[in-house]
Amino acid sequence: MMSLRPILRYRSLLIGAAILCVFIIVSIFTIITIPYEEAARLWRAGEQTWLENPRNAVPSWVNLFSPIKLPETIVLDTESNSLNVIKISAPAGENIKIIRVEMRFDYEYDTPPSEINLFFKSTYNSSPPQLTISWIRPDGVQFDLKKMTISRDDKFYISADTELNAALNRIIEDKLGAKPPYSISTTSVLFGVINESILTSESVETLKGGYRLLIEGLLFEPTADFDAKLVVYGKVYGWAGTDHLRRDIGIALLWGTPIALLFGVSAAVSIALIQMSIGAVSAWFRGAVDTFMQRITEIFLVLPFLPVLIMISTLYEINIWTILLVVILLSSFGPGVKNYRALFMQLRESPYVEAARAYGAGDFRILILHLIPRVLPTMIPSIVLSAAEFVFLEAALAILGIGDPIAPTWGKVIQDAFYNGALFKGQYYWVLIPSALLASTSISFALIGFTLDKIFNPKLKEI
Amino acid sequence: MKIPPVTLLLLKRAVTIMITVVLAVYITIYVANMGGYVDEIVKGEALLRVSQAVRANPAYRSLNETQIRNLIDRLYQNELERLGFDQPFIVRSINYLRDALTLDLGRSLFISSDSGSRSVRIIIAERLPNTVLLFTTVQLLLFFLGLFTGLLLSRKYGSKLDRLVALLTPMSSLPGWFYGLFLILIFASILRILPYGGMVDIPPPTDRLQYALSVARHMILPIMSWLTAYFFISAYTRRTFFLIFSSEDYVEVARARGIPESVVRRRYILRPTLPPIITDLSLTLIASWTGAIITETVFNWPGVGSLFYVASVFFDTPVLVGLVVIYAYLLATTVFVLEFVYAILDPRVRAGVLAR
Repeated sequence: MMSLRPILRYRSLLIGAAILCVFIIVSIFTIITIPYEEAARLWRAGEQTWLENPRNAVPSWVNLFSPIKLPETIVLDTESNSLNVIKISAPAGENIKIIRVEMRFDYEYDTPPSEINLFFKSTYNSSPPQLTISWIRPDGVQFDLKKMTISRDDKFYISADTELNAALNRIIEDKLGAKPPYSISTTSVLFGVINESILTSESVETLKGGYRLLIEGLLFEPTADFDAKLVVYGKVYGWAGTDHLRRDIGIALLWGTPIALLFGVSAAVSIALIQMSIGAVSAWFRGAVDTFMQRITEIFLVLPFLPVLIMISTLYEINIWTILLVVILLSSFGPGVKNYRALFMQLRESPYVEAARAYGAGDFRILILHLIPRVLPTMIPSIVLSAAEFVFLEAALAILGIGDPIAPTWGKVIQDAFYNGALFKGQYYWVLIPSALLASTSISFALIGFTLDKIFNPKLKEI
Repeated sequence: MKIPPVTLLLLKRAVTIMITVVLAVYITIYVANMGGYVDEIVKGEALLRVSQAVRANPAYRSLNETQIRNLIDRLYQNELERLGFDQPFIVRSINYLRDALTLDLGRSLFISSDSGSRSVRIIIAERLPNTVLLFTTVQLLLFFLGLFTGLLLSRKYGSKLDRLVALLTPMSSLPGWFYGLFLILIFASILRILPYGGMVDIPPPTDRLQYALSVARHMILPIMSWLTAYFFISAYTRRTFFLIFSSEDYVEVARARGIPESVVRRRYILRPTLPPIITDLSLTLIASWTGAIITETVFNWPGVGSLFYVASVFFDTPVLVGLVVIYAYLLATTVFVLEFVYAILDPRVRAGVLAR
């Protein structure tokens, strides 16, 4: 343990290592709890899978810091046993049956919900049920929303129904005796205090209290039945919010962690090892081998790295591990080779190598037992530092839209946000959370790398 | 007649550099074509384009199906010939290589310039000034700021300022475009004082001064993002570099001889650091001409980087090859000129002692 003590003196190393540990724990947790196939499926599933999620909701913890309490999503379903949902069925004649559904919920938030939708399922043979849907507010005002005939699988997008919206605006006009200067949204009429405040969009006050949705269904067959599900979409969701397709961003952020770490670390380690080996062989054998290796390195220096990588990954729609392979191949003859070569050139002249040669050690024995172990520790800092770069490379490729088409990654979330105008629309959470994760991963690598550099390369330390 | 060793050295270097360029360009041509894989895509698209054009053309309404097929087939063959597909890939690749190396960049497959031209040379010439304007400015700023801050820090080594810069160097582990996202968020989205991206206002101001001001305004955020990202590491590296050079024995000896500090600094510290500094400057300048693909995409800057991106998405081989060739030539020329400069600056090279 004595040897660890000097390392513990460096605070930045400890901070970096702590951050990295958190990420590693999160990665392990993610891999165990959400299988990769499941995450990929969820991420690529259409809106059907995410139907009960609000669109572009901010993370739930925003409510802790904001004086305005944003609504959570409320789901009421006649198929689930809830005290807030009552479904009564009564016969009314020989074939006719009436089903009354009452859904109650308390709304204690400071802004109206983002959307309200009703989903129906019904069973019947030939005549579909007829429903009358009405809305009762805490102040006793009742709105008749719609009379409709539903099919076996039907929905009523309450907040998106233009007819209903026009009707509600007329009602408000009658009640207040003034024409609203703008088209009041359905959610504001259903959840707003009805007085002058509703006439300007900024001053709409939200009416708190118990709300009820009544559905009266007329069924024309004794065996017919229907179920309803009311979704009052909130404006907050989960720990990371949702995106434009109602997906839980949290899933991509969780799965992004192991992908980012694995991509960064494996690229950094394998590139450093390959470059080191090429440098070692080049310096050890000299002559034709050296010239050959050096010319190849120079060719790769002329080839622009990112453009070639982009070309290859657009040509084949490759997944992230093939991208990793291409990155490694393209970087194998990178500028690092020259540095390692210079290092080995110096080392091969050292007395202990001469001694090894004197007792008849073979080329590979000297390379593997004597030269490479000498260089390995000095490589560690640069490996750690370049891991940070490769984490960002993955994100950069995703932002260009040429990353892995399936895997959910941090870069993909940033790309979605960027191209859906999150910065224009003020949906900052969408960019900030993945960016913060990227930045903290990268900074933790940098903190560790810079400190290790001081420890392993003490020449810099004295200065 | 005896050739001086330095000329021989330079000649040898010129030949190796040329061979390197030729091979790199050929590899690019090969990759850009993926050994013929792209050809199939391009051919398929050509067929689609031709048949759509024929079927949509009212002049051909009266023809019957066979005639139309024959017509499409003939036009398709013409189109293939125009695109140069009547020869096998190996021949075409050699042709491409010859054209590329003689800077006969030809016509693009899909991309056209803002003025509507299909000439690769015009397309690149249109984008290059934009990239040079932005990234050469950035690189020069970074270089000189880093150089002078580094000098200052190496003199005030151990001071609070020095430690602050050392503390902030991990910021440079995040790339410039990443800071760009945040700067857009702060200055464009929240404060609304600077544009989100692009190069000029839309519509562009007609007045020249207004136009220049508008471009300058659009340059602020990209420049700031790169400075935030790379200033600290650049200053810190320079500082360490100067410190290493100023702790050399000959500097100590010079000091011991009582030579004034300013002369020591100029002659004994700065002079030997000149070749690597010049190398750095020239290579970063060359690199700046390829633009920065991601930064240009994030800031929607119409430069060479975004051209490269668009060209690779559309598999526009001539444009891709053209860009790489120009870059390779620039790099090769720079490397060669640098050999000259070393020969002038470094007496060891001049005497041929350092023959590699």
